[in-house]
Amino acid sequence: MIWINALLQGILLGGLYALFAAGLSLIFGVMRLVNIAHGDLIVLAAYLGLSTTIVLGLHPLLAMIIVIPLMALLGYILQRGILNQTLGDDLLPPLLVTFGLSVIIQNALLEGYSADPQKMNVGALETASLSLGSLSLGVLPLLTFAIAVAVIGSLHWMFYHTALGRAFRAVSDNQDIAQLMGLNKRHVFGIAMALSLAITGIAGILLGVRTNFDPSIGGARLIFGFEAVIIGGLGNLWGTLAGGVILGVAQTIGAQINPGWQLLAGHLAFLIVLAVRPRGLFPRMTG
Amino acid sequence: MTDVLRLENLSKAFGAVIVADQLSFAVATGEAVGVIGPNGAGKTSMFNLITGTLRPDSGHVHFNGRNITATDAAQRSRSGMARSFQVPQPFSGLTVFENAMVAATQAAGLRGHKAEQHCLSILEQTELLNKANVMAGGLTLLERKRLELTRALCARPHLLLLDEIAGGLTDAECGSLINTIKSIHRNGVTIIWIEHVVHALLAVVDRLLVINFGQKIAEGNPQAIMQSPQVQEIYLGIDADA
Repeated sequence: MIWINALLQGILLGGLYALFAAGLSLIFGVMRLVNIAHGDLIVLAAYLGLSTTIVLGLHPLLAMIIVIPLMALLGYILQRGILNQTLGDDLLPPLLVTFGLSVIIQNALLEGYSADPQKMNVGALETASLSLGSLSLGVLPLLTFAIAVAVIGSLHWMFYHTALGRAFRAVSDNQDIAQLMGLNKRHVFGIAMALSLAITGIAGILLGVRTNFDPSIGGARLIFGFEAVIIGGLGNLWGTLAGGVILGVAQTIGAQINPGWQLLAGHLAFLIVLAVRPRGLFPRMTG
Repeated sequence: MTDVLRLENLSKAFGAVIVADQLSFAVATGEAVGVIGPNGAGKTSMFNLITGTLRPDSGHVHFNGRNITATDAAQRSRSGMARSFQVPQPFSGLTVFENAMVAATQAAGLRGHKAEQHCLSILEQTELLNKANVMAGGLTLLERKRLELTRALCARPHLLLLDEIAGGLTDAECGSLINTIKSIHRNGVTIIWIEHVVHALLAVVDRLLVINFGQKIAEGNPQAIMQSPQVQEIYLGIDADA
């Protein structure tokens, strides 16, 4: 029974990892940009949530109403102001610039909020659980997973059924031709980053209500996000959810064997997938 | 008649290679102009200068009376010019219909149902309607050429730039393409057409422009131009003295 429990907890944890990964996957898909600062932006969103709850006295989940648009705005400005200038044939400049951004965000958070671990309190929701026979599932992890499925489902729908999604795919396909079709790629990239950071806003708050956070934990979130994307297969959003779930399950099963093995098991699962299926389990079908 | 497009002393060089050399000409509303010249003469570069993918070293481009030399390709596309490419470049991961929709929504600014109707009517005109839901990456050469034309037309251009769209087609295919282009022209679209298939060009255009080494060599009545010894020598490689 403890194994089934570990499995279920892992699946639910995978929802959070999929949320870490979705924004990463989105911008890599649209503009081939690897955002090294993604993890720190998640932590930034958690701190923005913390400040919102303190200043406005809002429930952390309601703080999303403030944090999501703030992060989206930040994303658009960041893309138009800095990142667009780094994009080109060379993959290195965006890597270096986002790495620098990661250092800046970490230190700014350290300066502003100190290194003390913080947590957002969601009251009774924190301990609420549903019983399934002898298993008990936390309401908060369930909610997180449901949100992850909803976010990925909406992203997928947006990609294949809206004008914006078509614009994303067209620019991703051939930037120069897209320009000739009237698409302003700088604006499209700005929207993509805004969307990516909006998802980061959701992920950051859900992270902040689940565990303690401090300014230094961004790097590990980035790696979880990356691993979920790679396991699932680049460019496949549902694959990203599956990747997050596989990573989460590997971690909880590992922790069940030996509490010290949680992270190790996750990384091992990632390495095995990378060795056996370098393109991920569900790579995007090419037309 | 007003000019849709006017090039003024346009020059562009890549190092020692000159692709446009003090190039000037104007195209009037409703006109169909053919452009011929040997390979590497600067014909496609001229299109790149007109659409904004290339920036001139000097000179100006005027479109609908406005100086657009400084505006980017996306803005130019939205203001009413569209082109097809010699080597078809569809968005291969999008369906034929989605390719058309990108042009209709982004370049022509149409929305929702109107955009869909517009695309469907163009797809019918270019005989691609039965391929609407096929991924563009899976099309044959003729279909890709038709998709180039479709996409350009879905942008609802005042000015249509066609780059060797008849090349590589059979006579029958070429004939139906000529009819399609003629009907587009009859609907009031101004056309500039680069083509090596001269008989196709002569069936449509009112005026011919000859380019070599980035320079305008001759311009005028198509029949007269084709018979001028200068053009025969440069373009067709026939020695004028022979």
